[in-house]
Amino acid sequence: MIAKRVTFKRTGLPLALLAPQLAVTGIFFLWPTFVALKQSLYRSDAFGLRQVFTGLENYRALLFHGNYLATLERSGFFAGCVTVLSLAVGLVLAVMADSLGRSGRIWQALLVWPYALAPAVAGVLWAYMFDPAIGPITHALAHIGIDWNHVLNSGEAMTLIVMAAAMKQVAYNFLFYLAALQAIPKSLMEAAALDAAGPVRRLFSLIIPLIAPTTLFLLVVDLTYAFFDTFGLIDSTTYGGPGNSTTIMVYQVYKDGFIDQRFGPAAAQSMILLLLVGALTMVQFTLVERRIDY
Amino acid sequence: MSSFSAPPLRRVLSHVLLGLAAAVLILPVWFALVASTYNGADFLAGRVGLWFGAHGADTYKAVITGHGTIAMALPNIGQALITSTIMALLITIGKIAISLPSAFAVTYFQFPLRGFWFAVIFVTLLLPIEVRIVPTFQVAANFHLLNSFTGLTLPLIASATATFLFRQTFLSIPEELTEAARLDGASPLRFFIDIIIPMSRTSIAALTVILFIYGWNQYLWPLLITTKTSWSTIVMVIGRLSQTAAEGDPVWNYTMATALLALVPPVFVVVAMQRLFVRGLTEMEK
Repeated sequence: MIAKRVTFKRTGLPLALLAPQLAVTGIFFLWPTFVALKQSLYRSDAFGLRQVFTGLENYRALLFHGNYLATLERSGFFAGCVTVLSLAVGLVLAVMADSLGRSGRIWQALLVWPYALAPAVAGVLWAYMFDPAIGPITHALAHIGIDWNHVLNSGEAMTLIVMAAAMKQVAYNFLFYLAALQAIPKSLMEAAALDAAGPVRRLFSLIIPLIAPTTLFLLVVDLTYAFFDTFGLIDSTTYGGPGNSTTIMVYQVYKDGFIDQRFGPAAAQSMILLLLVGALTMVQFTLVERRIDY
Repeated sequence: MSSFSAPPLRRVLSHVLLGLAAAVLILPVWFALVASTYNGADFLAGRVGLWFGAHGADTYKAVITGHGTIAMALPNIGQALITSTIMALLITIGKIAISLPSAFAVTYFQFPLRGFWFAVIFVTLLLPIEVRIVPTFQVAANFHLLNSFTGLTLPLIASATATFLFRQTFLSIPEELTEAARLDGASPLRFFIDIIIPMSRTSIAALTVILFIYGWNQYLWPLLITTKTSWSTIVMVIGRLSQTAAEGDPVWNYTMATALLALVPPVFVVVAMQRLFVRGLTEMEK
């Protein structure tokens, strides 16, 4: 690991400096994770008085019975839609802002502010616009013959949370794409323009390959956001419904563990979530290491 | 600047499309603002249009003081704003205060198991609250942290990202400064306080912007750790308000007013401190 060439040789002082960080990490991160791992191997009886060791039974029950596989599939679909939508919109906006040069910068503030929205706030704003009874967009849709009701229609519920979730990532992706585009040497773009490559062709055969590292990086960030940071969004729009049609993994672990107090299954879900964050974080770090070369 | 630019017609088209996108993003906020100026009766009668109503002052007064038709069921939003502000500031200060010394320790010292401790800090990246929700709550409850600022903030202040960022900043500080400090006989702590911290102030400022937004926008943890409505944060009450409104109670005006009050502080920070915000965001991902 990289360190300074000139260093201090002490033992007590650096440990004391690290102590607060390590204490919080140990008490509120590592210990609870250990407890979750243990709970995932036990089953509590109905009164929570006794715990019976059941090995991998909780995992087996999750993966082979009940509706958890559907939850996994739904979460993947949701995260995929949010990621693709926000990457595409973010890229198109960034390409346009970049082509305007200096005068494109005035749009930055107007497109980046949604990053500051809490997912729950973004959710409730969209929930109001599309409220089946009084939403202004719902009324407008009724005029063109669309009868919007995300409280009853599961496809519309999923559409609603994808749009609301993408709002924040569009801002984020726009910012990173714009920075990547500004780093492309202008001579390359000029050469392509002189070769009479139109804007669409320039986008697909020049820009997209050149900013591929940024796309990979944003892909991981967007997926992580959609999988893990959207609890508040669900909890302010669809509450997981109708039925379970918008119950994604983080919402189900909350319902099972906190509302229904089914600790074993919730703990097993925690471990599955841990594997998923682990995989995404590893990919991100590999990418960041590689990014240094670009 | 380059001499290369798109033809005029295409430039106009780009401005129009960017303007359209900006309008689509601001539209939800506009509708929320309009909705917050009507009263419950207007909603029931279908009188809410696309332009402001006459009851804006009433709505905000009721929401902030908690003395409205909804006062019995819902928390005092004025108080929730104060709670959110204190929570966001404590999380920001806490994360920076424990990450600066950690980064200093792993960058400037040679001591046993240095790599191991660094890895332990790294592991927090793998453990967002959603992954360990039930046991973390149990630990916090055992420490009697329910309904307290300690409970709202302490379990969140471990920060691998802040430690990494500060480490990067420290690595770019010239070695000569350390040598000079050692020749002057300055102790490591003196060196840290007099040289390192002042030289890191831009990173600290940029991170403050990002962490304030992070702290303010917390939802799941405040929802678990507070059981009394007097401890509600403004972002976490939105879920309850939204549910009440969706069930047909005429409270969309209060809900939208609350959502706007919840979004103004972090959005203001992003817009007012855009340079620092962009810097913080891009540095954190390195």
